[in-house]
Amino acid sequence: MAAKDELGRRGEDLAADYLSEHGLVILARNWRCSEGELDIVATDGIDTVVFCEVKTRSGTAFGTPMEAVTRTKRRRLRRLAFLWMSTIRPSGWPKLRFDVVGIVLRDNAKPELTHLVAAF
Amino acid sequence: MGLGHTYAVALTGVHGSVVEVEADIADGLPGITVVGMGDMAVAQARDRVRSAVVNSGVGWPRTRITVSLAPAGIHKRGAGFDAAIALALLAAEGVVPEGAVAEVVLIGELGLDGSVRPVPGVLPALLAARQAGKSEAIVAIDNLQEASLARGMLVRGVATLKDLIAHFRGDAGRLIVPGPRMQAPRRDLPDLADVYGQAEARFALELAAAGGHHLALIGPPGAGKTMLAARLPSLLPPLTEAESLEVTAIHSVAGTLDPTTPLLVTPPFIDPHHSASLAAMIGGGSGDLRPGSVSLAHLGVLFIDEAPEARRTVLDSLRQPMESGSVLVARAKQVARFPARFQLVLAANPCPCAAARDVDCTCAAGIRRRYLSRLSGPLMDRIDIRLDVPPVDVAALTGPPAAQESSAVVRSRVVEARARAAHRWREAGYRCNAQVQSRTVREWWRSHGPRPVLLERAVRVGALTARGYDRVLRLALTAADLAERPVPDASDVARALALRCGEAA
Repeated sequence: MAAKDELGRRGEDLAADYLSEHGLVILARNWRCSEGELDIVATDGIDTVVFCEVKTRSGTAFGTPMEAVTRTKRRRLRRLAFLWMSTIRPSGWPKLRFDVVGIVLRDNAKPELTHLVAAF
Repeated sequence: MGLGHTYAVALTGVHGSVVEVEADIADGLPGITVVGMGDMAVAQARDRVRSAVVNSGVGWPRTRITVSLAPAGIHKRGAGFDAAIALALLAAEGVVPEGAVAEVVLIGELGLDGSVRPVPGVLPALLAARQAGKSEAIVAIDNLQEASLARGMLVRGVATLKDLIAHFRGDAGRLIVPGPRMQAPRRDLPDLADVYGQAEARFALELAAAGGHHLALIGPPGAGKTMLAARLPSLLPPLTEAESLEVTAIHSVAGTLDPTTPLLVTPPFIDPHHSASLAAMIGGGSGDLRPGSVSLAHLGVLFIDEAPEARRTVLDSLRQPMESGSVLVARAKQVARFPARFQLVLAANPCPCAAARDVDCTCAAGIRRRYLSRLSGPLMDRIDIRLDVPPVDVAALTGPPAAQESSAVVRSRVVEARARAAHRWREAGYRCNAQVQSRTVREWWRSHGPRPVLLERAVRVGALTARGYDRVLRLALTAADLAERPVPDASDVARALALRCGEAA
């Protein structure tokens, strides 16, 4: 596995743990279809489905992880969320929420994790 | 996380409206949105402001930033909002105290390195801010002399965004105060003493200057039409302080001021080429509404050389501002009224071949007749003086230079004549004869002047229209003012009629 995929994988694991600790129930991870991939799909257990994009960086020399979530990526995530909804067909009419978890993983340092609720 | 606000000014034509610039820093994905009907230059402020802030050594907030320009209903144009956006943002971020920038008006474009650059239209913008009760403004250093003309406001200049930030953090001495106002050197206007001979033309020019009458000069090339026209501003009295500000504000919007001595104190002389478009003449443009030649010539002289070659629509568009003293430029998105009280001078050759002597003319009779008729009747009807400028006398050219009166001498007579006219119309509030309403002139004449037998005959035989009749009365009044006669006599009327009905036109 390439180094950047390895980094992303570690980041996603960290994010999933973080979300679980904060009361979300993970429904799916790395849900793929022809349009792309959703990193984490979770629910708050009440009425909201949370689509979470995880962005991991090894440093901020090229900007923060948050800045990497561009307009194009946001548009793709929205499209993927609707595809997920139409495939899984959860019961009722859940609310949708889009979160971003940004993680900076520097060598020999504690991961810095930022969770942006309802980022867009 | 925070809110900051400050002020800038949006211009529509030469009229400004104060704009509140708010910045909100909130949770969210990094990015900046600017709302409030900005044009492309305002949208691009995002990128300029970001680079300028980062290069001034201040961190850029990595969250969601919303900038609002209120009232949202007014179109905002140009890069002059950069400085206000940057400071509102820095106040929201907490880099400068929020209260420090809350009442100041900021006008300037930002360079990527954080330098603050001048923008056009600073004077009208600050006059509007003063009107709206704002008392403090900061502008780019190159705009400082111009900005300081807005008396009664605390106006200071700044070189860089870094200095601006330091100032609002309490570091005194980072802003530049305006120096003593530089006395604009009275522009070296061409002098009437350069004109040889042409006694009649000189007198007509003096008359035009004294009464504010529009003038048409018709004669062969080389007779000195352009030379004469260019000397008209030197015969006019200098602008008063209020007039200076009015004229300077228009030229500020056009972006043609000298940064060191911005105040225009002499009547402007604007000579658009005869190929000028309607928008260039009247004002307009697709984005900013810019003042046209008629407004740049406000309180000065608009000279159109080779007038019959100009497009008829362009020439006829002059009629409305000649009557009202202003133009209303209307576009789909905005409407602006520009002042346009100019004195028109037209110059024309008598025919297309423009032979020096009429006998040498090779034009067909019809062509010759049609040439001057390109100047439409309604336009020519508004022109009080139609002067034939004959070729220069050989004697005047080769003989010893006769002592010619200089512009200063003539101007002193003009100033006196204008004072007499202003005194006559003091109750009606007119400043020169050409401005006076027809009814007012006729009423004055009925109770004071001699019976204009000559004019009555001219009207009867159709040589003079009703408007022309009133115009000749005004011209006769100016002739009397120059001759220091309180009431025009028959010779003044005869002279006025002769000038009004110049043979060629």
